[in-house]
Amino acid sequence: MIKYLHPLKPGARWRETLISVVIKTCGFSAIVFVGLIFYFLLREGLPAFSEVKLADLFAVRWYPIEDYFGILPLLSGTLIVTLGAMLVAIPFSIGTAVFIAEIAPHWMRDILKPLVELLGGLPSVVLGFLGILVLTPFLRVYLGLSTGLTALAGSLLLGGIAVPTIVSIAEDALDAVPQGYREGAWAIGATRWQTIWRVTLPTARSGVLTAVMLGLGRALGETMAVMMVTGNAPVLATRWDSIFMPARTMTATIAAEMGEVASASVHYHVLFFIGLMLFLISLVVNVVASRVVFHQKNRSERVLS
Amino acid sequence: MAKMGVLASTRPILHDIIRQMRHFAFFDNSCSAIVVANLVAFFTKRLKSYLQFRVLWLLIPIMIMLTACAQQTTASSQVSVYIENKGSDTIVNLALAWAERYQGEHHEVRISVTGGGSGTGIAALLNGTVDIANASRQIKSEETQEAQSKGINPVEHIIARDAIAVIVNPQNPVSQMTLQQISEIYSGRINNWRDVGGENRSIVRLSRETNSGTHVYFLETVLRLGDKNNKTLFSTDTLLLPSSEGIINEVRQNPNAIGYDGLGYVPNDLKMIAIARQPGGAYVGPSIATVNDNSYPIARDLYMYTAGEPSGAVAFYLDWIMHSVEAQAIVAELGFVPINDHR
Repeated sequence: MIKYLHPLKPGARWRETLISVVIKTCGFSAIVFVGLIFYFLLREGLPAFSEVKLADLFAVRWYPIEDYFGILPLLSGTLIVTLGAMLVAIPFSIGTAVFIAEIAPHWMRDILKPLVELLGGLPSVVLGFLGILVLTPFLRVYLGLSTGLTALAGSLLLGGIAVPTIVSIAEDALDAVPQGYREGAWAIGATRWQTIWRVTLPTARSGVLTAVMLGLGRALGETMAVMMVTGNAPVLATRWDSIFMPARTMTATIAAEMGEVASASVHYHVLFFIGLMLFLISLVVNVVASRVVFHQKNRSERVLS
Repeated sequence: MAKMGVLASTRPILHDIIRQMRHFAFFDNSCSAIVVANLVAFFTKRLKSYLQFRVLWLLIPIMIMLTACAQQTTASSQVSVYIENKGSDTIVNLALAWAERYQGEHHEVRISVTGGGSGTGIAALLNGTVDIANASRQIKSEETQEAQSKGINPVEHIIARDAIAVIVNPQNPVSQMTLQQISEIYSGRINNWRDVGGENRSIVRLSRETNSGTHVYFLETVLRLGDKNNKTLFSTDTLLLPSSEGIINEVRQNPNAIGYDGLGYVPNDLKMIAIARQPGGAYVGPSIATVNDNSYPIARDLYMYTAGEPSGAVAFYLDWIMHSVEAQAIVAELGFVPINDHR
């Protein structure tokens, strides 16, 4: 029996309206906050264009105390560390998700899933600390590098940080694939791997892609862990082996330098400009992802589902 | 019916608690304990309706909070002066030790010490958010101009002296270099240890971040050799680590590394390089004695800046720092160089 508005209770109708207004406000507030943040970044970051020449802003040297405001090394640092992190994280996390969802027996799944979520709860500073003490000496000795504080160390750490995020969501997406799809594939003689690779994963494609995008967003925004292990040297990555050299990410730059800038100075505006670039990169990544995730199912997919 | 059941089961428990409160003086102030205990007893005896029950459960925590607050206000009314002190990470341990000793002797003063780098401290002084800014470098001319435009006149006080030690891994055979060689290493012109008499290894340069006064001082004194017109910069692959600990940690485990840090922060297991001011001159290692007789080339003064001449509690504090025996003894204890020997 569904209880609608009780005609004898006078307070019921205004309570309903109140609750729906509160929920609507919460929903809209998410959009409003993002809009306000974007406006704030624009207001503080756009003056950088008028204070620094465009050619200087996209120059090759970043040394703000002597007025060198070239952000290209920072962009390349973020790009290299994030790409490396994704290269490390995606195979590991999709493999783990497939294992947990498809192959592991139930008792193992009940242990693994909470363990992965526990790993995701580790603070990134702790991982950065482990990175300095354990990962960087290991890299220096076993790869014969001059120092372990490189973009590679940052990528490995960031990949490790992104994996639990991707695994949780991808595993949920794989779980949501109807059992009928798998049974249909088995019925026509497909092996387990063929089923997973050609039927289950493509069906769960939108969920898995959402998971990857969330992991990418996490990796892009990570500050403390990369600040501790990448060496923070603003080196422009030009060759394929630049991943074995130190790098400086945009997030680490903002974190390290925001404390010392005087309000409304050129350095302050350039730092906000860097924040604006980060915001725009995340926005582009999310827009691209949502076009894939929310695409309209074509006729054959509608018929089958 | 359910309400009666709850009341019936909690009343004996409440009476037990009240009895214990009367016995054990739950609060420091036993008078208030007795008052509260009696009030609670009054209310439990007269528990008759649902509403009174609710009032009781509100009243107990309110009573507890009022008594606790009453005790606290008597303690905090003694503090009347707050001094905000912010800036150099080189000076922060020293500033903390001073603040603790001074607060121990003068209970009416509360001093808060923060790090963040010399640039951060001076920026805060210009923004008017701190009373004293710690800086391990002198205030720059553009910072002075900005201060004048805001109507602030920064006054400099020299509080201690410091030596910058250039450190290498203990396995590194190099133990002495000229200032020019260090300048060329850090600017990227020398890239291998064998060019300065060591093994065939590439050099890994470590430095503090750009907001650090130590970094700026090193740039001006070592890379640019004190020449204002020299525009040499750090090599782009110099690792800029966010703290002294990071530098020490990397130098300790990496035989290719060279770094620099204040004398007070260098632990005993790392090797400090003896430096010659000119090629062919004597190589001098860092210590209190060599800083005081000016033979060590990379020695600097440490400063505290105030907005205008200091007055009141800030003036007393600065006077204690610069002229009292115990403050300068703390300086020596922490590995810096006291000023009274020198001046």
